[in-house]
This record gives sequence, C-alpha cells and structure tokens, in this order.
Amino acid sequence: MMKKVRLPALLLALLSLLALCGCHGSRWQNAFSVPDSFDESRQYEITFWAKNDTNKTQVDIYNKAINDFQALYPNISVRLRLYTDYGKIYNDVITNIATNTTPNVCITYPDHIATYLTGANVVAPLDALFADEQYGLGGSALRYDGPAQAEMIPQFLEECSFSGSHYAVPFMRSTEACYVNKTYVEALGYQLPETLTWDFVWEVSDAAAAAKNADGTFAVNGQEVLLPFIYKSTDNMMIQMLRQKGAGYSTDSGEVQIFNDTTEELLYGIASHTAGGAFSTFKISGYPANFLNAGQCLFAVDSTAGATWMGSHAPLSDISADKYVDFETAVMTVPQFDPAHPQMISQGPSLCVFNKDDPQEVLASWLFAQYLLTNEVQIAYSQTEGYVPVTAKAQQSAVYQDYLAQEGADDKLHYDVKIKASKLLLDNVDNTFTSPVYNGSASLRNAAGQLIEDVTKSVRRKEPVDAAYMTRLYDNVTSLYRLDQRGAMAADGSQALGPLPAPAKALLVTLGGVWVLMAVYGGVQLVKKKNRQNSH
Amino acid sequence: MKKFLTLLLALVMALSIVGCGKTENQTDDKDTPDEGGEDVVSVAMTHEEFEAAELDSVVTVETYIQARQGWWEKDGVGVATFYTQADDGAYFLYNMPCTKEAYDSLLVEGAKLRVYGYKTEWQGEVEIIDATWEVLDGDTKTYEALDVTSLLGTDELIAHQNEKVAFKGMTVAASNDAGAPFLYNWDGSGSEGDDLYFNVTLNDTTYTFVVESYLCGPGTDVYEAVKGLNVGDVVDMEGFLYWYNGTNPHITSVVKAAA
Repeated sequence: MMKKVRLPALLLALLSLLALCGCHGSRWQNAFSVPDSFDESRQYEITFWAKNDTNKTQVDIYNKAINDFQALYPNISVRLRLYTDYGKIYNDVITNIATNTTPNVCITYPDHIATYLTGANVVAPLDALFADEQYGLGGSALRYDGPAQAEMIPQFLEECSFSGSHYAVPFMRSTEACYVNKTYVEALGYQLPETLTWDFVWEVSDAAAAAKNADGTFAVNGQEVLLPFIYKSTDNMMIQMLRQKGAGYSTDSGEVQIFNDTTEELLYGIASHTAGGAFSTFKISGYPANFLNAGQCLFAVDSTAGATWMGSHAPLSDISADKYVDFETAVMTVPQFDPAHPQMISQGPSLCVFNKDDPQEVLASWLFAQYLLTNEVQIAYSQTEGYVPVTAKAQQSAVYQDYLAQEGADDKLHYDVKIKASKLLLDNVDNTFTSPVYNGSASLRNAAGQLIEDVTKSVRRKEPVDAAYMTRLYDNVTSLYRLDQRGAMAADGSQALGPLPAPAKALLVTLGGVWVLMAVYGGVQLVKKKNRQNSH
Repeated sequence: MKKFLTLLLALVMALSIVGCGKTENQTDDKDTPDEGGEDVVSVAMTHEEFEAAELDSVVTVETYIQARQGWWEKDGVGVATFYTQADDGAYFLYNMPCTKEAYDSLLVEGAKLRVYGYKTEWQGEVEIIDATWEVLDGDTKTYEALDVTSLLGTDELIAHQNEKVAFKGMTVAASNDAGAPFLYNWDGSGSEGDDLYFNVTLNDTTYTFVVESYLCGPGTDVYEAVKGLNVGDVVDMEGFLYWYNGTNPHITSVVKAAA
C-alpha cells in the first residue's frame, strides 16, 4: 500500500517543483530571427514611444513620418506615444517588460538598453536585420530610399553596439557646447581662444564674479544676479573632465573607477570656484539659457540640441522679452584640458526594436525604425535643434548642405547659433566619445553628476569641503547608486550578480544541512533494518 | 529524531519566508540638515524670518499640507512635492523624501508638519529642499484661496508666492495661432497626460496658467475642465501661486464664471 502511494506522491512533488520554478521570473521569449519574407497580407499595429525636446515641430515631424510610412505600407499602422523625458520612457519600459507589453519601437539611450537586456530576448539584436538583403539597411525590398550600412556614420553606429551586437540604431546625434557671451568676456578684458580651456573659463568666471560696482551689482552686467559659468548636465561634466585627464571612470565591463584622486582634485577645484560665486548648475539654479539670455551668465554649457534656446535672438525662450540683453553669442566646444586634443561626449537619441512572439511584427517594426533614417526624416528633425543627421547620405545631401550654408539667414530655421552648434559637432565627430555601456552604467552616470551637485550645494551651504567630506561623499554616492553592487553584462547577455547575500548563504547552508541530516537518518534506519533482518 | 527533523524543517521554512520579505527603502538623509541642536530642530521660523533667511541656509518651519504631487522614486528614494501653507505664508517642499506608506497615511491634505531643510531659489521659485519632517498630531488646517486677481501684473503679487490663490473673471484666450483654447505642454508638443497650458486675459494682459499633471492629472475635475474650455469663456480659477521666471500658477480648479 505504501509503495502504491509513494510513486504518485513523488510525481506530484516533482510537478509542484516545476510549477514553482515557473513562478519566479518573467515570461520567456524566443530569440528573434529574420523571416524569409515579410508577410504583406497581414495587418500589423505597432507602437512607437518617441521622445521630443518639448518641441511641437519635432512632434509634427514624427506624425508626418508615420503618415508617410503608412502610405508606403498600408498594412502597418503606427501608434505614437509622446514623451519629453528619457527617464520616463525608461521607467515605463522597465515596468512593461515584466508584463510583456513593451512598445515595438522606442527612442532610447544605449545605457537604458543595457538594463532592458537583463531580460532574455527583450530587445531584438539588429545585425541580422542590418545585413538582410531584402529588408536590411538599403535592402532591395524596401519601399523607400533608406541608407545602406556604409552610409551610416560609423562612429554613431558603433555607439549602438555592445554585448556582442547592435541593439539600436542612432536616430539623431548631438554633443555639448559652451555658449559664450562674447561681448561680456571681452568687456572683462579677455579674448576668446580658438578652443576654450578649463583654465580660461575658470579665470574669466572668477574675474566676473569678483568685479562689483559700488552699489554691489556686478560690474560686467550692472545687475544683482550673475552666475558666470552654469553647467546643465553635470554627469557629462565629470565624465568629460575625467576623459580629458585620462583618469578612470569605468571599464567596459562595469568596474567602477570614478573614485580616484583626479576626481577628488576636480571636485576641490569646482568647490573653490563655487565659493567665489563663479559656478552653478541647472539643478541648483536653473536653465543656463535663461541666465545667458538675460545677461546673467557668460559660459552656458548645454547640449547642441538646446541651441534654439540660446542667445539674444533665440527663437525659443522661457524668459520674457523685456529680460533679454543684447550680446554676441559664440558657440564653442566644452572646455578642454588639452586644447590640441579636444574630447567631448557624443549623445542623442537612438532607436531600439523590441522582440515579440511574432517575428513578422518585429520585422514590421524594423521597417518603420529604418524609415526614420531616410533623408526626409533625418534632415527635418536635425533642423529643429543643433542635431546632426546620423547618415552620410543625409549629411552630404544638397538639401542639408544648403541648410548649413544659410546660417544666420533668419532667426528661425536658419538661426545662426543652432547651425553653428550643428557645425561644431560635424567638425568634431572624430573627437567625440561615449562612456561604457553595461547594466548599471546609467547609475554610474548619475553618480558622476551627483558628485558635482553635492559639492556645489555643500559649498553654497558653507559646509567644509575637506578630506573627511570627500570620504563621506564617496561613501554616500556609492551607497545611493548601489555602485558596490553593480555587475557587468557578459557577452551572452548574462549578468554577473556579485557575491551572494549573507541571508541567502545562511538559508542554503541550512537547507543543505537538513538534507544531510535526512540522509544520515535514512542511512541509520536502513542499517537498523538490516541488523534486525540479520538477527532473525 | 522524526520530531527533531520536523521542527528543523519548520524552522528552515520560517527562515526562507523571512528571506523573501522586502527590505524597506531607507530614506537617504545624507543631504538633510544635521540635527545640530535644539535651535535647528524645535524652533520654527515665522514666514518673515524665512523670507529674510539667506539662500542655502537651514530653515525650520511649521506648515500645513494643502496639496501634493504624486509620489515617485528618485534614485531609489521615495519623494513627493508638497504645497503647504501657514497663517503667515506658504512653503513649497520640493521632492521631500518620504516612504509610500507615509505619503498615503500621514502626509495628507491638512496635516501639520514641522519641516527642516534648505531654503533655495530655482528660476525665481523659492522652495525648501533636502527636507526632513515630522507630523505634529492633533492639528489640521486647510486654507481658503485668497483672491489675488487685482494683484496680477503688480510687484505685490510675489509676496503671496506658493499660497493658495484665486483668480476671478478672467477670459480664456487662444493658446496658439490656430486658436486652441489649451495646449498639451507649453507648445502643444505633448499629449493626454501631460501638463495643460492655457492663456487667460485680464485688462488686455495675457497670462499663461498651467494644470500641472503631477498635481491634477487626467480624470481630475480641473484637467477635464480645461480640456473643455473655449476661447472667450470667462472663468474663475484657484490654484497655487507657483513661480517660474514670473507668475506661473498651478491651477487646481476652473469653473465658468456666473453670468
């Protein structure tokens, strides 16, 4: 009787174990492979989550691209969801991965994709799609004139390659620029060099902060407010400073190197200039453009994609017209430690395609994503800000070259500061770089910026910034961003998770111990039974 | 032996259940003021003292929550933004760290707080950041909106920054060349769920007001009311006198004015 019960009980236990194993994680997805052909007899509805710079013209371009694409592919319908914040897209994608309701195509950053990839087969690798003779880059079956792979700007395309594959295509590219009130710099007795250096920017900023009128207003602008040097994205500030200095930030595999002597030296320098009133940040004081345009800032660092907000005649503005001050705006590279070898960040939106159960749906999504690389979309979108198209095909087109040539023709489409910003990137593509991408790289980036924000805030709060402060700062930032727990992304997409936590170790040891005891007990019972049998 | 094993297995199961429990997010208070002494913690400032305090100095205030934006996690730390007011003035508490549980049960409309943090100014908006708080039990208050319509365009308006205010009898004007009565985001680049911007005029001067989606999102009375506006409607509004390079009220109520 007991033997009849034992086998079903064992089977039931085994089935329960298998069921429990299935409860712990997200739904498993098949790896994507390119279909032999696109099934044009079917209807597809795909979703596109797109980020814009709170810019209606960019939204209009997305809508036009969708309408034009749908006219070419009537069996593919594209639903657009708009965002103005990369972080929001990232959070929504993360939430939707767990329920397998990710969009089909999404504007993103490689840092974010690295986190999406922690789920198996969540993001479609694109190399096979690139190379497909029919539907790949410049493929023979495309209904539009898309760029061939050789027509993509190689540096921009390379930025989308990590963990052994391309997981995105670049959509637009920008860099950072320093927008300078040249009039005020010269009024202080300085001449702008060909390439800005950190020494120059600090010296002029310190001088501007120190020069006051008898009534306490600042001599350079006659106002009560002056923040000579304001930096929008302090994460970029730290990353670029470290890169220019050849100092550690992180390895490609995710080993954090940012907490080094160079970082500390840079932070002491920032603290010193902040104490003199020379420096502030967007998070502390506000948009650099608002201060620059009101004559309250000399060096405003922001993306080239913020160029339409910069300058005396900026077409876009957050301040009232009566606050504007007239001055000449210079558009220059971010400050450099070695002006003979400038280095600046490469940034800008990319496109990724999410994997789905139906490979035809993924192919339809890829066809739409690739459409966004056509000249019409690339040129139109790049003209909305200081972006550059990501294809040589668009950059070298007569339409785009004519656009560049008309710099300053008006203060809207051909606004000179905007086109100067685009030209700055075009002239410096070989001097751009990106920071390593791995699961956790976004957190390290945030940590880099936080170091500068904290030091600047502390100085403004008259807290001592000394060795003890730096030790606390490093510990706090490490803890806040969990930098001591981050792992690296392996080439196969698996993740090194780091050491097992102590409670987990204790549990496993206890479980193992129980099984040993059970085995010992079983063994003792067996021996007793045999002894009984032998004695009979 | 069997009883021993049974007890041991039960203990292991209990340990594993404990191991599955979530760890409560610790609020990171590294930026919050030191609890340096009695002066910082227990003595609240008047609003006049707060206004006189230097930027980036530690401030302690007692104030009542009037409204709050949604709770979210910033770098793994729960935060929310609160519109608060006391008898002598108002305080905007930006991204104040709090757990979800505290947000849901303690930091509710009318609750009285003692807050200490740093006074700062961002694009003209004076606020308290990196704050810590405690709820003062037994006392709740909400304020009526102060009619500041006549102060629009004057230097006196800023004295009421962050207060609950009312604007009466203003006329809806077009928000763009196409005559739209409102826009998603400042230029129409947004969609349902984004902030609503709309223009209202008084005495031939146009002002731009906003329905802040984190405060009153889709489905709220004011969000739907603004979507239902027409150019030419005369409206009475209430909100909080937020400042962004000038008057930029966060509107919480819009009703068409009585004829």
